[in-house]
Amino acid sequence: MLHIVNKSHRQTTSLQSCLRLAQDGHALLLIEDGVYAVTRGGAATAGMADALARLKVYVLAPDLAARGMAAQLIDGVTAVDYAGFVDLVAEHPNCQSWL
Amino acid sequence: MKKFMFVNRKAPYGTIHALESLEVVLIAATFDQDVSLVFLDDGVYELAKGQDTQGIGIKNHSKTYRALDGYDVEKLYVERESLEARGLNEDDLIVDVEVLSSAEMAALMTEQDVVLSF
Repeated sequence: MLHIVNKSHRQTTSLQSCLRLAQDGHALLLIEDGVYAVTRGGAATAGMADALARLKVYVLAPDLAARGMAAQLIDGVTAVDYAGFVDLVAEHPNCQSWL
Repeated sequence: MKKFMFVNRKAPYGTIHALESLEVVLIAATFDQDVSLVFLDDGVYELAKGQDTQGIGIKNHSKTYRALDGYDVEKLYVERESLEARGLNEDDLIVDVEVLSSAEMAALMTEQDVVLSF
């Protein structure tokens, strides 16, 4: 299953709820304001260490770049473009957008 | 002249708040009011250097912060606690700001005639 989170982990509980309900081996794609969770200054409070240990984590590169965060991406996260976003949706049998 | 404070607490682009705040700030400045901008919580991300919005098809409005002094809007305040929580410091910001503690920010907020929250 693919989980998509588009909210800042400091503004809403979307990421927190997603991480609570995502099963091991699932994929997590962070887009829009969700991308701060995989920046050096945001990963710790987002609980990404635990997430990276059990999920495949992706981030939408254009959203990172728009926010000036491209150089802040933490290790272990795969950056994808819009075509990669489409591939992820197509590759997984289902997906959940945590709005 | 009244003291207007604009409190920015949202990250840019994910919502319309950051852009709308800038629009209202420019209007207030046109009416010769005493305008302060405050950046708290994820609002500090609005000032992050190096924003490149080409890939998302949205106008990069971060450059507008640099034009604010042309409208005599020169009071930009950032809460130290919010910056530090995000691993940022003054050098990571696109404009010169005054960094205040939460207590200093609270005092500044109390002095205002009007506080508008975004």
